[in-house]
Amino acid sequence: MTEIRWHGRGGQGAITASRIVATAAFKHGYTGAVMIPTFGTERRGAPIFSSLKIAREKIRDLSPIETPDVVVVLDHLLLDEVDVAKGLKAGGLIVLNTPKPVTACDFGGVRLAVADVSALSVEAGLPQGRVNSGIIGVLCRAFDIVPFASVLEEIEAEFSGKKPAANVEAARLAYEHTTVGVA
Amino acid sequence: MHIIETGNVAAALGVQLAGVQVVAAYPITPQTPLTEKLSELIEAGEMDARYVPVESEHSALAVCIGASSAGARAFTATSANGLLYMHEQVHWAAGARLPIVMCVANRAVGAPWNIWNDHQDSISQRDTGWIQIYSCDHQQIIDDTLKAFRVAETTSIPVMVCYDGYLLSHTYMPFAVPEQEMVARFLPPFHPSYALDPDAPANLNTVTLPEIRMDVHGEMAHGYMEIRYLLQEDLRNAVQVVEETDAAFQELFGRGGVPLVEPYRCDDAEYVVVAMGSLTYQLWDVIDALRTEGHKVGVLGVRLYRPFPDAAVAAALQGARGVFVMEKALSYGYEGALCSDLKSALYDHLPDKSRAPFVKGLVAGIGGREIKTVDLTDALRSGLAGSIPGPGWIGIRL
Repeated sequence: MTEIRWHGRGGQGAITASRIVATAAFKHGYTGAVMIPTFGTERRGAPIFSSLKIAREKIRDLSPIETPDVVVVLDHLLLDEVDVAKGLKAGGLIVLNTPKPVTACDFGGVRLAVADVSALSVEAGLPQGRVNSGIIGVLCRAFDIVPFASVLEEIEAEFSGKKPAANVEAARLAYEHTTVGVA
Repeated sequence: MHIIETGNVAAALGVQLAGVQVVAAYPITPQTPLTEKLSELIEAGEMDARYVPVESEHSALAVCIGASSAGARAFTATSANGLLYMHEQVHWAAGARLPIVMCVANRAVGAPWNIWNDHQDSISQRDTGWIQIYSCDHQQIIDDTLKAFRVAETTSIPVMVCYDGYLLSHTYMPFAVPEQEMVARFLPPFHPSYALDPDAPANLNTVTLPEIRMDVHGEMAHGYMEIRYLLQEDLRNAVQVVEETDAAFQELFGRGGVPLVEPYRCDDAEYVVVAMGSLTYQLWDVIDALRTEGHKVGVLGVRLYRPFPDAAVAAALQGARGVFVMEKALSYGYEGALCSDLKSALYDHLPDKSRAPFVKGLVAGIGGREIKTVDLTDALRSGLAGSIPGPGWIGIRL
């Protein structure tokens, strides 16, 4: 089982993003994929997280992820508020939306994938702050679980009627501009 | 067809497939997305039903009572304080013997205000005369919803399908959606034995005297006590209807087989944990871990809570040395209601009471308190060693 924990802010689309990857994984043969959002009081802007567990067998434990393989962070300012790396497995990966390079980050020596998803999403034609498609691009570049083309199809389907092309473009741009290192 | 969706959508698709004709509901978290989905399906013409928006849950069930009395297949859904606000009509629907189906996305009740999951809402409706089914995952939610209509219409008793708020209602999980054509074979259109007819006016459920009496046709009619006795007798017999319905479903769809209780590794278990809802499946993983440590443990999920399948529960537990009942609800002032029911079943059914297992009630996940698998494992490990520290509320920090 692969455990991917998503950190974002209420209204930012972390739940939608994790659902898109869940659906893509499910369609790709991971018939045990589950996505468990953890709800607080649902204020916009408040830190929220969701748990995406991917396996080919049925997953029965729906408790929040404690020891993730991957942590996805939609907003680098969350790093001041939430210990996003908590419980990260040895050899784990952090996927971060930040304008800073890998060398400017410090997680004590873990694999880190970064891209300035906020800026790239605007470049792709999305409104300011819509980063959920872009961050998926960064994840797919650094972590191989579902082919990127399948994920793009899912993004297009999810946003049909809501700028599907710009969302696909945001994911593609972020994929291309991702850098991976150790921080 | 298999899809990945939320538990609320699984319930909504079950309702759509069941050919429900009247939906009346009032929004309350975490049930809201279920009734929103139904209103979308009806608006889009994908479901031939009337959606009646109402100003309260009391009215929602009142509309269903009216619709069902007129012979329509009726559905509502709610959670927590919404269900409590409905309570008077919940009793009425059962007393009036109307085959309404209601989904309850289980949520803690206020005060203090809390939107997260436990089972206090539906457990507090235990004595209303409804059939109560608890689903453990999305497949069971959609399948149970379909079975609920057939059980309700066979017994003329309303059915509540309960599933954990958020944990199931909002979690995305793969499940199979039955084909409409197959559902039609399983669940034919609703033909009530009696329906309101404007051309033949009648009074229903008016003041009914304590004693039996002559009715307007000159025949002896039941008093209130006889009517209520028949409800109790039909509820007790409904255990068999639930089993038969599940068997019919399994024949068509190849799924099911655990309509009353769902045992896991219980056959040779010395200790059995009993639970309801999604916690049951979480416990499967805990039991697997404890088995690798050499503990002979199993899980018994209670799927049908009312009528209580006392014989099946007792049969599943009779070989055990100890039973831990893990509940997300309490009969305040005593213990968990399931724990009391289970002890009662053991007392009635065990041939040798001196060999009865010990029964220890535990409380978990009240008001959405996260149930960590590691906490469950630790609690059971210490329970197996003979002592559970503290009051038996798993994860409490006083």
